[in-house]
Amino acid sequence: MPEPRPVPFRGGGFSPVRIRWAGPVVFAALLALIEWGTRAGWISNLTLPRPSDVARTLVDLARSGMLWTHLAPSLTRLAVGSVLGVLAGTVIGVAIGLFSYIRAGLVPLVAALFPIPKIALLPLFVIWFGIDEGSKYALIALGTFTPTVVATYGAVDNVDRTLIRMGQSFGLRWSSIVAKIVLPGALPGILSGLRVSLAIGIILLVAAEMLGAEHGIGAYILEAGSLYDLERLFAGVVILSALGVVTSWGIGILERRLLRWRN
Amino acid sequence: MELTLDRITHHYGGMAVLQDISLRIPAGEILCVIGPSGCGKSTLLRLLGGLEQPGAGQVLQLGDPPEGCLNPLTYVFQDFALLPWRTVAGNISLVLEDHGIRGRAARAIIDAVLARTRLSGFADAFPRQLSGGMKQRVAIARALAVNPAVMLLDEPLSALDAQTRELLMEDLVALWTRQPFTGVYVTHNLAEAVRLGHRIAVLSRRPGRLREVIRIDTPLADRQAADPALDRLQTRLWEMMREEAIAADQELRDA
Repeated sequence: MPEPRPVPFRGGGFSPVRIRWAGPVVFAALLALIEWGTRAGWISNLTLPRPSDVARTLVDLARSGMLWTHLAPSLTRLAVGSVLGVLAGTVIGVAIGLFSYIRAGLVPLVAALFPIPKIALLPLFVIWFGIDEGSKYALIALGTFTPTVVATYGAVDNVDRTLIRMGQSFGLRWSSIVAKIVLPGALPGILSGLRVSLAIGIILLVAAEMLGAEHGIGAYILEAGSLYDLERLFAGVVILSALGVVTSWGIGILERRLLRWRN
Repeated sequence: MELTLDRITHHYGGMAVLQDISLRIPAGEILCVIGPSGCGKSTLLRLLGGLEQPGAGQVLQLGDPPEGCLNPLTYVFQDFALLPWRTVAGNISLVLEDHGIRGRAARAIIDAVLARTRLSGFADAFPRQLSGGMKQRVAIARALAVNPAVMLLDEPLSALDAQTRELLMEDLVALWTRQPFTGVYVTHNLAEAVRLGHRIAVLSRRPGRLREVIRIDTPLADRQAADPALDRLQTRLWEMMREEAIAADQELRDA
């Protein structure tokens, strides 16, 4: 009779576990390493600024009021541009999802627009919409428009057809089916598309401001870069990162509120 | 109100699924439709409720739906088809809203149908919180809310486990006994057919033809799970279908 042995465990893994502390720890460790390196001298001042100096620059910027001078126009541009782009993109995306003729007519056009680096069109936009805010709004709007369209019609396509059949079988009006079945069903996909669109919006915002703006985060970074002022350059980058984190967090809140039924 | 299938023939692409089917669905009875897989049972049901148009022949309606009927031909789907973003009450309210029934009137109907399906107290739950059997009961409650003339049940118990299926069958029998309804019940499960059908229509394999319609005279409420007469009938049905089922199983899907 052989000795009984426990069966070896072979499962486990491949399922992400939520670990809250790891992110901040990696971040802090990296900053500490750079701080130490720049103080000890094995990272030269020309390669990387000292994190504490960047922090001080940020504090000064906030104290002098210049932070707001740069942030306010940037936020306005991002808000106006992306609201225009996302609204138009959602409407067109839903229309593509619902009507075959619109799909046949517009999907190739959107596919043609999507890969164009929108920043290449800025000179054209300056002529169309003027040198000041108009061209920046248009650039951000166009940049957020195409990914929103693609995400939205994909989301509409993915709405469970059995739910739509159910609506029809109960004699629901077309408008009710769209409003109560198609749109709520597409909302998760639309919101995850919004994440991508807003990130693209921030990138375009900075690009547009670098090409011609008196104030704004992009202009601030460009100025710092041309003076090789690394502390200010990185202060600007930190603000942009923060902007990205805040928008992503905002969408997270929106998702939790609107998609409460999911989890 | 009665439904009649008049020489229905239907094709998908070049493939015939239903061939020359004529069948009467009298009021107040449950007609079970069985047949090997792919014989067009579900297609037949979609044709009956007007979700699809037959290639030839027609579905006829005899008489008018009764007073207060909001949706004469009402489905119960295999996968429940509940909106996950609406609560139980919201899912039922969905089919009332377009008829202008809101507020207190809607509340009264919702409470009544939830009571009939033993779901009182779950009005504010979301579908994800419910078991499969409860979800299907919500779907049945939703169907009852529109006061249908004919209930079209498309394998309503197929997504459920055997125990839940047994319980839900008892529920359906109780619902019918308390207030008889007209039903067409498509299933591949012969045990369900002999428990719930006043008549059983047996279809051949694809293209589905009507082979036989069998009457069962035992009242629904008197049929027990291990009734020898029903067992014999079930065996007979299986013998009738076995060869067809084997043949159907050997066929290529989109040949």
